[in-house]
Parts: sequence; C-alpha cells; structure tokens
Amino acid sequence: MVKYATMPVIETRNLTYTYPEAAKASIVDVSIRIEKGEFVLITGPSGCGKTTLCRCFNGLIPHFYHGTLEGEITVAGLNVKEHPTYEMAKYVGLVFQNPENQLFALSVEKDVAFGLENLGVPRDEIRSRVDWAMKITGIYELRERAPYELSGGQQQRVAIASVLAMKPDVIVLDEPTSFLDPLGAKKIFEVIHRLNRELGITIVLVEHRLDLTVKYADHIIIMQDGKVILEGDPHKILDSEDMRLIGVGIPKVTRLYQLLKADGVKFHGKVPLSPEEMAEKVRRILKTHD
Amino acid sequence: MSMFDGLKYRRVFSPIHNLDPRVKFTYACIIFIVAILFWEFIPLLVLFVIQVPFVILARVRREWLRSMKGAAFLASVIFTVNFAVSFINSGYMITFVALEYALAMTFRFLVLVESFSIFFLTTSPDHLGLALEQTRVPYEFCFAFTTAVRFVPVLAEEAQTIMDAQKARGLELEKGNFLRRIRNYIPILIPLIVSAIRRSLELAEAMESRAWGVSKKRTNLYELKLHGSDYVLLTVTVVLLVAAIYVRLYLPVPRLAEIFDYFAH
Amino acid sequence: MIEVQDLHFTYPSGVEALKGISLKIEDGEFVAIMGENGAGKTTLVKHFNGLLKPTKGRVIVNGIETTKVSVATLARKVGFVFQNPDHQLFAETVEEEISFALRNFGFSPSVIEKRVTWALNLLGLMQYRKTSPFMLSGGERKRVALASVLAWDPEILILDEPTIGQDYQQKENLRQFIMQLRTQGKTVLVVTHDVEFVAECNPRVLLMRGGKLIADGAARKVLTDPEILAQSSIVPPQITQLFIELSSLGFPSDIIDLYEARETLLKAFGAAAK
Repeated sequence: MVKYATMPVIETRNLTYTYPEAAKASIVDVSIRIEKGEFVLITGPSGCGKTTLCRCFNGLIPHFYHGTLEGEITVAGLNVKEHPTYEMAKYVGLVFQNPENQLFALSVEKDVAFGLENLGVPRDEIRSRVDWAMKITGIYELRERAPYELSGGQQQRVAIASVLAMKPDVIVLDEPTSFLDPLGAKKIFEVIHRLNRELGITIVLVEHRLDLTVKYADHIIIMQDGKVILEGDPHKILDSEDMRLIGVGIPKVTRLYQLLKADGVKFHGKVPLSPEEMAEKVRRILKTHD
Repeated sequence: MSMFDGLKYRRVFSPIHNLDPRVKFTYACIIFIVAILFWEFIPLLVLFVIQVPFVILARVRREWLRSMKGAAFLASVIFTVNFAVSFINSGYMITFVALEYALAMTFRFLVLVESFSIFFLTTSPDHLGLALEQTRVPYEFCFAFTTAVRFVPVLAEEAQTIMDAQKARGLELEKGNFLRRIRNYIPILIPLIVSAIRRSLELAEAMESRAWGVSKKRTNLYELKLHGSDYVLLTVTVVLLVAAIYVRLYLPVPRLAEIFDYFAH
Repeated sequence: MIEVQDLHFTYPSGVEALKGISLKIEDGEFVAIMGENGAGKTTLVKHFNGLLKPTKGRVIVNGIETTKVSVATLARKVGFVFQNPDHQLFAETVEEEISFALRNFGFSPSVIEKRVTWALNLLGLMQYRKTSPFMLSGGERKRVALASVLAWDPEILILDEPTIGQDYQQKENLRQFIMQLRTQGKTVLVVTHDVEFVAECNPRVLLMRGGKLIADGAARKVLTDPEILAQSSIVPPQITQLFIELSSLGFPSDIIDLYEARETLLKAFGAAAK
C-alpha cells in the first residue's frame, strides 16, 4: 500500500520528560515521526516509557502532570506545549487501559456525547455524531445501558466511540485490551483496524502482545528504558536477528520462521507476522520441491 | 431491608418514567404540602389511596411494596408514640381523638414515603442529573452527582474483592474484642482508599482527554422539555393543591368520631 | 487433593454462575482454568479456599468439606493470589505486607522472620524489604502479592489471571517460577485466558463456558480440538493456527509447541526435498 508521506501527524524531536520529583527521566531523547493514516504499534517491556509517551501526544504531559518536558513535540500541526489538553482533544483521542475508569455517565450515549458537550457542539450535531460513532463501533444497540452493566470489551468500545465522536485525526490506545478476554480483544483490534482503513484515522496502539496486533501495523516503535531502540516497518524490524527483540516477545510464528531460517531453510519474501503468512511460506516451499 | 430499598432506580419503560423529573418532583413536594395541611385521618387516607394508580401505571409495584414494608416499622413507632402520648394526656382513656391523631400522623408519614418513592423509583439518576443541570445548578455539581451514582456499584464490588483477598490471607473480621474488630478493617480500608484515589486520578485524566474544562458554554445531548402528559400532571397537582386549601379553609373535614356516630345511629 | 461434586452456585443477585461441575485435581497437578469472562472461572476457584460455599453439591479439599471450616482454616492449605495486587497491599513496608498472613495464622515471631526472608529471596525482593509497597512498579507489586501468599507455604496455589498486563519477560519469569513450584510437589491452579502462556506451560486445561465444564484434558488436546474450539471463545495458539491452516497438506493440527513445530516442518521440508 502506498503511503503519501507528506505531513507527519505526530512529530517529536529529542523529547525528554521527567515526572515531578522523579529521580530520572521516563522518556529520553525520543525523536519519532508518525505519518497521517498510519497504524503504529508501540511496544516494549513494562516501565519502558510507552504510557508516558502517549500522555505527551494530547498534552496531558506537560499540562496535567507538570514535570519537565524538553525537546519539541508537534501533533496535528500544533505545538503541544502551547495548547492545553482540551484543545488537543479535538485532534487526538486517548483510550486508556482500564475501561472502568474512563466512563463517567449513566448511559452509553451520554458518555459518547461527553466530549462534544464540553466543546459546546449544537445538540443536533451531537446526536448525529454520537449515533454515527456508536454504529461504527458496534454499540448502537447498547446506547441506553449503564456502563457498569456492560462487559469489559463493550465498555472499551464505548471508550473508543467517545473519542471517535470528536472526529480526531489520531486515536491513541494505551494497552486497551489487557483486561479483556481473547474474543473481546479481537473485536477491539478489528474495530480500530477499520477506523484506520476506512476512515483514514491514524492509530497509535500501545501493546505487549505482538502476536495479536503486529499484523495490522505499518510502523512499529520499540522502546526500552525510555528510549526508542528500534523503529520502522514491522516486516523489516522483526526480520532482524537483533537480540533486543528477544525481550519484546515476538509472535510465535515469526519466532518459528527465525528458527527455521537458522536451520538453513530458504524462505522467500518478507518475514511472516501471522499464522496465515507463515502458512503461505510453508506451502510455497513444499510446492517448489514438488 | 430498609425503606431506602424502595428508592433504588430500576430501568422500566412506563408513562410515569417518561414524565419530566422536575414535574414529578413538584408533584411529590405538593403532595407533601397537602399532607401537612391536614391532621384528620380521612383526607390523608384519600391522599394515600389516590397515589396507588400511579404506582400501578409505573409498573414498580414490587419495589414500592418493598419500600412501604420498609417504612412499616417506623410507621408503627410513629403510631405508638402518638397514641401513647394522647392516651396519657387524656387521662388514660382511649378516645377517638387520640386514635385519629395517631392514625393521621402515621399516614402523613406514609404519604410522604409513597410520593417520594414514586419519584425516585421512576426517575433515572441520569434524568435527575439533567434536571439539576437545567435548573441551573453548576455543572460541576451535577457531574459529581451522576459520577458518584455511577461508581457506587463499582466500589461496592471492589470492596467485596478486597475483603475476599484479605480473607484469603487469613484475616478474620469477626475475631477479637470491639477495638480489635475495628482494627481488622484497616487492611480493607487502605486498599479501598488507595484504589479510589488511583481511580479518581485516572478519571481526571480521561476527562481532560475529552475536553473537560473548555470555558465555552456546555451543550447537552438531552434536553428536558415539557410534553402533554407533563402538563396534565402539573395541572392535576395544582388543582389538588388549590382544592386542598379550599377544603381546609371553607369546608368541614369529617372526623373519625363523627363517622362513627353517624353509623352508630 | 481437590474434589468437586456436582457443584452449583447462585449469587444472591440470582445469577447462576456454576451449573453442575464435577472434577478432581490430584496433588502436584498443574491446571489452567480457561474460558471467556463470565464463564465462572473465578467463582469456581473461590470455592477451593471457602470464600464461596456451594449452593448445591460439595467441594472437598484435602479430605475436608469446605462448608465445615472457616476460610482462614482452608486458606492455610490453599493460597489464593488475586488478579490485582492493589486489592490486597496495605502495609507500610514490603516486609510487613508479607508477614501479615503469617501473623493471622499465628506463627511465632522467629518463624515469621525466617519465612519473610525466605519469601523475599524467592521473588527477588530483598532490596525492597523496608520499602512501601505503594512505591513499587506494577510488576513488583504483583511479586509482593505473590510473596505474601507463598510465605506461609500453602500446598495448593491459585493464581487468578497472573499474566494480565505483564510483558514477555515477566511472563517468562512467572512460568519458570511455576515450574520450580511444581518440582516441590505443589498443586498449581492458574485462572487465565492467555492461550500463548498456556501453550508454553502445557498444563492440564479445564475449559469452562456458561458455568459448565466443557473440556478437561491436556493443553495440547483441548487447545487444538476443532470441536471444542468451535463451541468456546478460545482463539487457538499461533502455532496451532498455523497447523490448522496447513492441515489440508496432511500436517497434524494438534501441535502447540514451538520446537515441535520446528521439527515437524524440518522433517516435511526434508522429505519434500528428496
């Protein structure tokens, strides 16, 4: 797929941030560029600074957390340091890990409307955007239910709808499925994949479990100790024998591919990121031998 | 079981649920005012009975009965105390006046519980918050109110989980003397408080991320508008108030003793 | 040994969470309890240390029926580590946190001292002995919670969703730790929906759905059986997904292990090359 890399939607230069009263910086010298329409996966071991980086994207850092932010960060053409979170919220939607703690209202549709109400959008437009967002995320039928009556997966889709209704350029999701069961998680990934492909919304997904997500990604960023250690096309990154990948937990089929390659098996084309891609490679080898 | 059980909202669809919360609240208040106007038993009984169709129409009979049962104990206390006081005052004689007064006080209380439980049983907390908002209560308060309601079941469940986790580590809440028992709750309260603080931080973060705090005037997905049925109830309520005041001022209200005399002759 | 006979459980709210479960878990077994959220997994294991008592049926732990004794008595034999460490951490220091249960169970101060040191070493928490548990990272808090249960050396250990929010390295450490416990003859029960973790550990799997047990067997069998998979929400492990894709070429589809997959494919490639 051709990407029209003209204007980055997120760009950071030497971004370094230290929480108030923290002994050392949580992110160090991070310089990344995320193009419009990309599906970006950010991963790395616990405590590597992934969540901190997400908080910079909509200005929670530095406006909510304070602390010291050095370097430059531009999101949707705005300098984050100069624009408060409520302004950034129009361009960047953040979805958090715990579905329970990001829904406030007593009905689903009221929650989805929350951001638009804050922005003072006229009632008719709120109604049409809320309905639209609920339909895309598949929660329209649940619109009158209370959040605590829903499953974790449904709650998380409400959270996605509530940022989607604001029609942002970017949706950032910080480990959105860690409390969900596999089926609930799969549905979330399918929804965000659709938002990316059909609506062209830039997706930034923070996730440990590459096996479930890497197949969707155009761009992967691997962090460790607050630094970006590897970055680029996932097919290239996961093809490398880089020892630093071991700690990340690459998908099992990708690992299998690497083992077989080390055994001397000659594969063609790019590294497989999903069972389907790996199966295709195995089939090709067996066919060429026939 | 308590009379507050009858105040818990359950989602049902009925003509009463669809009424504007402000109108329903006005209704409950006026019923209360009318109840105060009378100290005779008959009008209070009437006031109690005329509300029963509302309960049936709202399809909350079970919940309403539960709240009335919950109120029964307090009602019997009110009756006993009032009756006993007039019994002593009247020189240890059982009089119709004493009986009437005790019954009237009891029913005044029951009418109060009845009308307010109709209000709470048929008004979603969401609507209540909305009503507060549209009566120009600052939005922060309305938001705090609905959020509190939203997190009650979540916190209750969390408290249960924490209790289970500590019991699994050998904590026995019922062990020891009074002071020791209070101390037994420390391992439950601390995680609960810490987690509530953490939760509120996360909530604040999520609110910020959804444009909380823009100074521009807030809009609302819902708007409370008075419909035909709201005007009907409002009219009925006002007529009831006017009629009650008229009766109080110009008409004789039948007393228990008079009715008894009438039938005795 | 844990014996469950026709266990039914209904919550006071009227939700019927368990609908007739019978099973036996022998001493020293390693069991993963799987199934979607709301299938009744946690409700089932809460019966093993008496936090819940059967509405109908019986649960017998080491020969004692759970309705006859207190949670504290059962907990001495059955350690239960909850999913979220923040639901149990409360003490001022890690050391006090770990000694909490030991004091509840009435160990003498000298034994407590020894056990705490032992547990701190076991989970690599020695340097945090005097630190407040609230100052630690998520992964470390999880380890403190685990240490606070292991300290009294229960015979049966139940871990509720231990891999949630854990990175690859933390999961690997947990797996090795469980293997170590098994060599000491402990019974380990893990409630989880992490298929990749289960595929790596290869325990006995109990698969639940709607309050019922729908499969019971080796991970290799349960996680690769197309019929069972069709009626549960389990997504099979990646390696299995690969071999299901390849089954039309005559590959066996019951493979969950990475190294077995490698051998199988190498053999097939070798045969094809000849």
